[in-house]
Amino acid sequence: MKKKNSSGEKRIRVVIAKPGLDGHDTGAKVVAHALKDAGMEVIYTGLHRTIEEIVNTAVDEDADVIGLSIYSGAHLPLSKKLMDRLKEMGVTDKLVLVGGNIPQRDIEALKSYGVTEVFPVGARLDDIVEFIRKKAGLKK
Amino acid sequence: MKKPKPEEPKEVILESGIKVKPVYGPEDIQDLDFEKKIGQPGEYPFTRGIHPLMYCQRPWTMRQYSGFGTAKETNQRFKWLLEQGQTALNVAFDLPTQLGLDSDDPLAEEEVGRVGMAIDTLQDLEEAFADIPIEKISTSLTINPVASVMLAMYLAVAEKQGIPWDQVRGTTQNDILKEYIGRGTWIFPVEPSIRLIGDVVEFCSQNVPKFNPFSVCGYHIRESGATPVQEMAYAFEIAITYIQEVLKRGLGIDDFAGRIAFNFDIYGNLWEQVAKFRAGRRLWAKIVKERFNAQNPRSMTLRMIAGGGGGGLTVQQPENNIVRGAYYALISALSGTQTMALCSYDEAYTIPSKKAALISLRTMQILADEMGLRDTVDPVGGSYYIEWLTDEMEKKIEECMEKVENQGGMVKGIESGYIQGEVSRQAYIRERKIQSGEVTKIGVNKYVMKEEKTEVEYHPFNPEVAEEQRKKLKKIKAQRNENEVRQALAGLKKAAQSKENVMHPVLKAVKSYATLGEITRIFKEVFGEFREPIGL
Repeated sequence: MKKKNSSGEKRIRVVIAKPGLDGHDTGAKVVAHALKDAGMEVIYTGLHRTIEEIVNTAVDEDADVIGLSIYSGAHLPLSKKLMDRLKEMGVTDKLVLVGGNIPQRDIEALKSYGVTEVFPVGARLDDIVEFIRKKAGLKK
Repeated sequence: MKKPKPEEPKEVILESGIKVKPVYGPEDIQDLDFEKKIGQPGEYPFTRGIHPLMYCQRPWTMRQYSGFGTAKETNQRFKWLLEQGQTALNVAFDLPTQLGLDSDDPLAEEEVGRVGMAIDTLQDLEEAFADIPIEKISTSLTINPVASVMLAMYLAVAEKQGIPWDQVRGTTQNDILKEYIGRGTWIFPVEPSIRLIGDVVEFCSQNVPKFNPFSVCGYHIRESGATPVQEMAYAFEIAITYIQEVLKRGLGIDDFAGRIAFNFDIYGNLWEQVAKFRAGRRLWAKIVKERFNAQNPRSMTLRMIAGGGGGGLTVQQPENNIVRGAYYALISALSGTQTMALCSYDEAYTIPSKKAALISLRTMQILADEMGLRDTVDPVGGSYYIEWLTDEMEKKIEECMEKVENQGGMVKGIESGYIQGEVSRQAYIRERKIQSGEVTKIGVNKYVMKEEKTEVEYHPFNPEVAEEQRKKLKKIKAQRNENEVRQALAGLKKAAQSKENVMHPVLKAVKSYATLGEITRIFKEVFGEFREPIGL
């Protein structure tokens, strides 16, 4: 499918979420700024969100993408929970991206849960923007 | 063939927006009044340091941040650090503890013992400090919204060890306003949170005179993206907010200002940071003297820990962080700090290994004992460039403070998200500059190694810790006197609802082995919870 270019096209909507108790939100906010700069609609959840709250926000906001930002080391259980919750609710149309302090060795496990892509610390902002444009654009 | 022209010097603009010339001379500081602006170390305006002899008399305190897993594991690491020559402790708590949640709280599930030690009741803190002579060390409790509770537990431990409160030394971080800007461990709304800080200050000034009741952290604001100027300006605005809260209670500025501590960051341009600290000392002295009419010179001193530097470390080529750490330590020593701590080389991605923590400690010790940093006070003082830059930084910090005050002060700036927005935009600008190569980071955008081995050693996380901790909590709940707990909590609620200082009721509650979560719930019932503005 081709990406539409008409001005009436819906902008890509991204929920940037901070699950759990981790308070490191600089990375999440930097990515949010970059996506906004790229013309996307960004909904930032704020800190200390439960997985249920994040999924509800994504559904209510009709988001195309959920971006989880995790620095505490709890990325495996939290991402698993998110993917399970999405499945439970029958939500299958959302790209799920995970960012933060993610060791290389955990990337495979995250993808096996159904996470679309992982952008650990050091990822390039332009790569994240391009990835979302390409993947979310394809869905439309 | 033409000879290539000699290269024009690159234009240098510091992160704080100050343009730097290739050469400085006497004409650049001819308007600087030595007595008024620089003066002697240990004398107003303290530009050169807060003590007359600084490190010639005593080296800086070395205090690495540590704590993980259970109280017992942390106790082992504390003892080991003290054996290695560390002179003070800086306690890391896990996130549930920092947010006032017990280990059996569903929200705590994945986080028990992960980034620090788990504390549910007084029993845990007793174990953490078992066989550690509290009167001989100073302890920093890195906790904010529930600092009052942790201080109460620490004082209860001291009491049990037979140490009078007036001999207890240390600091509670207890700086809630910076939590709303960066770091993110907030619970209650802004106003009641500031009241709790006031309660701790008032209590300490009357009962624990050697304890620093709060440490204002420019550090985390800088780590969240702020420039060095914003770091200082926001920290000072926060400190001013707390001072005003305490003055409302009838305390005089000289009753507590001498116990105010600060925590600042050390990564970035070496000269800019050194000038930041010298300018900060001068400006803070002026604020406390002129705005708050302090009489005691000690009240005017900017007492600080200058350390960390996490924001400058890289995941790429992590061993380079050992070298960065050494340069940051040099910045810290040239800044005239009272306490130094370094992020360890592996801290960009994990809790420091024992080896990494030891390298950090040795880095500071080498600087103190081998390099001449203790030979003479403020060795960079009088440098044309440094004195000029100190002056420029002071002006910039004052301008930035004015901006905050013009939009209604720190509390309003945080509630509206203005400050968070300023900081996150700055973080974005810096990240863009790093990714475009405008700001050089070795190993990230210059001298990048393609074949880099990225797998490194991670601090192992033991999921059994949570189970163990939950069992322990259940046991203590079964053993304690429920009646006593209920009464203590009811008393605390009454105090929280009135204007009574909460510290005595909190002490009573922790001694009855009420849990941190139970105490926090009382505060939540009375104060409510913070609603975060978007802040982008």
